Amino acid sequence: MTNSINKRRVISVIVLNESSVLARITALFAGRGYNIESLTVAPIPDSDMSHITIATDGSAKVMEQITKQLHKLIPVYKVIEHEEMVEKEMVLAKFPISEHLSDISALCLAYNGGIVNVGKDIIITMVADEPKRIFHFIEASKRYNPVEIVRSGVVAIER
Amino acid sequence: MQMSGAQMVCEAIIAEGVKTVFGYPGGAIMHVYDEIYKQDGFEHVLNRHEQASVHAADGYARATGEVGVAMVTSGPGFTNAVTGLATAYMDSIPLVVISGQVPLALIGTDGFQEIDAVGISRPCTKHNFLVRSLEELPRLLKEAFYIARSGRPGPVLIDIPKDITVDIGHFEYPKDVNIPTYKPTYKGNNKQIDKAVTAIKKAKKPLLYIGGGVVLSEASDLVRDMALKTQIPAVETLMARGVLGASNPLLLGMLGMHGNYASNMAMSETDLIISLGARFDDRVTGKLSEFARYAEIIHIDIDASNIGKLVDVDYPIVGDVKNVLEVMLPLLDGVDTTRYDNWRDILKRYDELHPQSYIDSDETLKPQWVIERVGELVGEKAIITSDVGQHQMWTAQHYPFDRPRQWINSGGLGTMGFGFPSALGAKKACPEKIVINMTGDGSILMNMQELVTASEYKIPVINIILNNHFLGMVRQWQTFFYEARYSETDLTFQPNWKALAESCGGIGYDVTTKEEFDEALKDAIAKDKVCFMNVIVNRFENVLPMVPSGGALFNMILPQEQGETK
Repeated sequence: MTNSINKRRVISVIVLNESSVLARITALFAGRGYNIESLTVAPIPDSDMSHITIATDGSAKVMEQITKQLHKLIPVYKVIEHEEMVEKEMVLAKFPISEHLSDISALCLAYNGGIVNVGKDIIITMVADEPKRIFHFIEASKRYNPVEIVRSGVVAIER
Repeated sequence: MQMSGAQMVCEAIIAEGVKTVFGYPGGAIMHVYDEIYKQDGFEHVLNRHEQASVHAADGYARATGEVGVAMVTSGPGFTNAVTGLATAYMDSIPLVVISGQVPLALIGTDGFQEIDAVGISRPCTKHNFLVRSLEELPRLLKEAFYIARSGRPGPVLIDIPKDITVDIGHFEYPKDVNIPTYKPTYKGNNKQIDKAVTAIKKAKKPLLYIGGGVVLSEASDLVRDMALKTQIPAVETLMARGVLGASNPLLLGMLGMHGNYASNMAMSETDLIISLGARFDDRVTGKLSEFARYAEIIHIDIDASNIGKLVDVDYPIVGDVKNVLEVMLPLLDGVDTTRYDNWRDILKRYDELHPQSYIDSDETLKPQWVIERVGELVGEKAIITSDVGQHQMWTAQHYPFDRPRQWINSGGLGTMGFGFPSALGAKKACPEKIVINMTGDGSILMNMQELVTASEYKIPVINIILNNHFLGMVRQWQTFFYEARYSETDLTFQPNWKALAESCGGIGYDVTTKEEFDEALKDAIAKDKVCFMNVIVNRFENVLPMVPSGGALFNMILPQEQGETK
């Protein structure tokens, strides 16, 4: 049954920007045993709403329940199960300054980014790309001995 | 008008038409209690435990359909109320629970009697608020009542820091509510309703599956009309007892783990389930893969998340069952009722084969006899509440419920200790009714302090304790599935029930025979005082039929197969 196949999915949840709304969302996922792969949240410009993007996985049936349960929460305005979307994630990474800076710079450029900060001992880079390509970037960056990598989690917008 | 936050709370309760508030004062809620002292718009009942306050408000709500209100203080006052909130949440009961909280400046400092009330109650309330300023208090009070009673009802907690109850500000109780993110769906989709009607007309073995949502939505008359008009047989869930009325020839009985044979067989063989405000609970379906294998399903529910949650549905209709039936009924005009004759005959034969029955005895009182006898003596004049266990199931099986809201019990959460305090709430709401709590010797002790409340406020509730000196339902499972190892279920050590009741200002009766029971019940009704009626019943009586947990609905343990267990 195609219904029972687990697959990665991204949903956007538009919520009233009020206190404890994020706790309501995450408590729902925890309480009903749904998985959160990544979660981002920020206010929507010129409104009293916030946009939460959640990457999760589950079967079509589980996704239907997640969507319905989210919609039941009083401060939730809208739930969008993304199908045709543009999806991006940002990554900040720290490298020792002793590494090949031009190579690192070229690598970051290939993933829509570059060097954003240079210190005494380290450099910091930023890239922003699709989650799949972010995975490739992280793999490729390993040869330059990254000190620290921070991922933002995905944001998505329906096409 | 200028007033304190505490006054605003009282004004809102009065504006909402609440007659009785149940609660317990304490440090953080004292300003509100000071205002309660000064007003005469509603009565306050002091329960002797916060859990009982919430159950009492719950009983008040279930008996009337109005929002029940309970009030507690911060910290332990609130945590004691959590079981009450969860009980109401699982059964979709409209409640507003008002809790005190430490002053705003102390929140997050582990202050005395501070606990994160909204954090703890999030999964067991429909919604909750921590009030952050006096300005938003009137609106939040209004929203709390609105959210509690609208859509799929449920409990709402409003947590108010002490300083907000002290501060003075402008009060105007809002007339309207506008929550842009909360718009319940009441009207069903007409195309879906049309399709469902076609399916009903096409079916050969349709079945009305009636749930507690019918009671909540005040749709019982419409459901009765629908049954009458279509002559489709019906089963009720535990929460729906009384919707069709016990004497309705189309009612097969209650289905599920302790449903009767005909009901469970009807569900197993139907070709079309017409689900009205029911949610396919595991105690109803038994093993899901074996459940109603030949049936298409029409599922009418105001809560979209109930649809498709456990079973796949062919005709989903999101909407209030009352609204949907108002549209659906005229479309069923001229439905061929003879079409289902054959099906009704089959079910009639099932019922004759294994009727809901028990073997009466002259030596010991049978609990089923006691329940049927209460039905004969007071019948529709009574509101029956219950605790949780064997007595609850026997009451659901054997009491002749005639109307919705006559039967009050904790179905979803299964809360022992619910019966007595909810009976107090029901009696406050419906003083003209006889209110009887059908309970067991285990459950009654879980809120027995309410004897004091009932005596003080002269709330004459009759507690019929079906006493088998066991935690009977657990004992029954131990008999069937644990080789009769009665681990911690023997309740031979007991209080002196009569003395216990009397010490709290009530009446006690010890009953061992049918004659004594009749006398005691007549006396209890005449005396009009709270009482404990200690009715000694057959120790090893089992609730049957029984679908073993996880088994298919049609595989029942039946009375004939199960002799007297010793």
